[in-house]
Amino acid sequence: MDELQLADIIKPENKVYGKSKIMTDTPMHYCYGCSHGVVHKLIAEVIEEMNIQEDTIGIAPVGCSVMMYYYLDIDWLQAPHGRAPAVATGYKRTNPKKYVFTYQGDGDLAAIGTAETMHAVNRGENIVMIFINNAIYGMTGGQMAPTTMIGQSTSTSPHGRDVEVNGYPLKITELIAQLPGSAYVTRQSVHTPATVRKCKKAIRKAFENSAKNIGTSFIEVVSTCNSGWKLDPVESNKWMEENMFPFYPLGDIKDSVHDDVEKYSVQKNKK
Amino acid sequence: MGDLRLMKGNEVIAEAAIRCGCDGYFGYPITPQSEVMETLMLRRPWEETGMVVLQAESEVASINMMFGGASSGKKVMTSSSSPGISLMTEGISYMAGAELPGVIVNVQRGGPGLGTIQPSQADYFQATKGGGHGDYRLIVLAPNSVQEMNDFVDLGFELSFKYRNPALILTDGVIGQMMEKVELSEFKPRLTDKQIEEKYGEWIASGKKPDRERHIKTSLEMVSEVQEKNNERFQAKYRAMEKDEVRFEAIQCDDAEYVIVAYGVSSRISQKAVVLLREQGIKAGLLRPITLFPFPTQKINQLTDKAKGFLSVEMSSGQMIEDVKLAVNGKTKVEHFGRMGGVIATPGEVVDAVKQKLIGG
Ligand SMILES: Cc1ncc(C[n+]2csc(CCOP(=O)(O)OP(=O)(O)O)c2C)c(N)n1
Ligand code: SF4
Ligand SMILES: [Mg+2]
Repeated sequence: MDELQLADIIKPENKVYGKSKIMTDTPMHYCYGCSHGVVHKLIAEVIEEMNIQEDTIGIAPVGCSVMMYYYLDIDWLQAPHGRAPAVATGYKRTNPKKYVFTYQGDGDLAAIGTAETMHAVNRGENIVMIFINNAIYGMTGGQMAPTTMIGQSTSTSPHGRDVEVNGYPLKITELIAQLPGSAYVTRQSVHTPATVRKCKKAIRKAFENSAKNIGTSFIEVVSTCNSGWKLDPVESNKWMEENMFPFYPLGDIKDSVHDDVEKYSVQKNKK
Repeated sequence: MGDLRLMKGNEVIAEAAIRCGCDGYFGYPITPQSEVMETLMLRRPWEETGMVVLQAESEVASINMMFGGASSGKKVMTSSSSPGISLMTEGISYMAGAELPGVIVNVQRGGPGLGTIQPSQADYFQATKGGGHGDYRLIVLAPNSVQEMNDFVDLGFELSFKYRNPALILTDGVIGQMMEKVELSEFKPRLTDKQIEEKYGEWIASGKKPDRERHIKTSLEMVSEVQEKNNERFQAKYRAMEKDEVRFEAIQCDDAEYVIVAYGVSSRISQKAVVLLREQGIKAGLLRPITLFPFPTQKINQLTDKAKGFLSVEMSSGQMIEDVKLAVNGKTKVEHFGRMGGVIATPGEVVDAVKQKLIGG
């Protein structure tokens, strides 16, 4: 038998994987091992597979992913720190047929933007919210976030987060699930091939939901920030598994349509 | 005659928004302007024109909702009063930086802090010098009647889209709360998405099309030289506004020896003061800036040929007076008269101020 040639292998029918057309060729500014790039890729693939490039608007946050608009070839809005859910609301309400998603870090979504986050979900805005929880402020150089673990050292909690001073890490995703406006709330990660595949499924489902007008779809991705954590990428994955997953368990938290409106309704108080 | 009504200034803002084809209003209640959203909610324009009306969780949210809508080329607006506008300044700065249009209404009340719910004009600096961080300006329109509350909503949208810059209607609790006869505008239909694409397709984020680069509505630019270029472009717009958009009303200024400069409610009071002064044989006039930015600097400077003194009448400790002084440029005397904390001056007080500060002094 003839020896197998490279040209026999590199054929369209043998292709098992390729870069999404939605990803631009711009080199990413993220640190090696950072979760942001992986999640970007998944969103790009979902947009391509659903064929919704012309109908999708991304809302970039303030944080390491502020320049996400360099990497996904769609139209973008770049919101003030924490305000992406309000910006998304304004866009979606005046353009109800568009797919609108926010992409936010823990500082953006769960500290400075807590009010905008809770109220957008509580109104049941038909948007997708993607929440990158890396338990730190990556962009500004590794300061403590609302999601920083007890004992975790950061540049503003150099001796470890202290409950007495800073309170407990905020499980905002569980709070979001309590709100009648949320339709789908899930917690994912992207540190192994299996979790990457799962996370992509969740993102796809969230985007599909937004066309069904059933409320907000919210995906937390428990993520690593090796630069901020001062660990290498492999150590970071291990640290995340051992320290974050017990407190931020992966899996779906809610998957249901709106609660019964009747339950919340009262008799008219005015004629 | 068109549609004549007796209406409150704030109600007219709402009615004018619907009639001029506004796509969305986002707001948060605050006295003395809550009637704007209340009127909209009663009117249900979403059934009539498709206009969106949404009560936000805060002014921070309302201005950012505007950012969202404006990015798609929609005509969006908000209204508030002084403390709420302070909360919006971050978003307003981002809108100016991302070159987004939209109309913001400030029905001023007294400050600082929670201040008072009574009328005031103490937000002049905030309105005309940018307000938030960075080098930017807003187009600032100052109505002094319920009729102008109607007219300036449409004008505000026109100018803000022309320059792709937010426009601010700077009014006060008196103009917002008082009832006057008003001729409402004709109904203009909202633009369809197709029309918006035709008009503003060059810059709006309406979804990436195969035949164009992606559109990014951002105020961020990390390369200093590029960010400087952006700033130069903004400044060029402000200079163009100064050249083409100055609006004012000059009442008996031609032979005036004493010129009162006043906007909004103060101009109404001062107009009466001019009548009283003329009755006493004093050649007084009123120069009313209609645009506070751009400011009628040239016009005021021209008046220095005849005028022996200028009195800036404002319900503040004296903010606009700084622009009047820059316009007068040292040629003659410039004084200020104003009441603060929600106290409304009387025409008699203005007459006395002209006599004491300009003639007697
Ligand atoms: C109003 C305002 N306050 C503070 C900052 C500074 N800042 C920029 S990014 C950031 C934190 C971002 O952290 P996170 O949202 O967790 O994103 P990450 O970088 O970790 O992905 C802060 C505080 C800002 N840009 N604007
Ligand atoms: S600082 Fe952290 S979040 Fe930012 S790019 Fe580096 S690893 Fe990623
Ligand atoms: Mg973070």
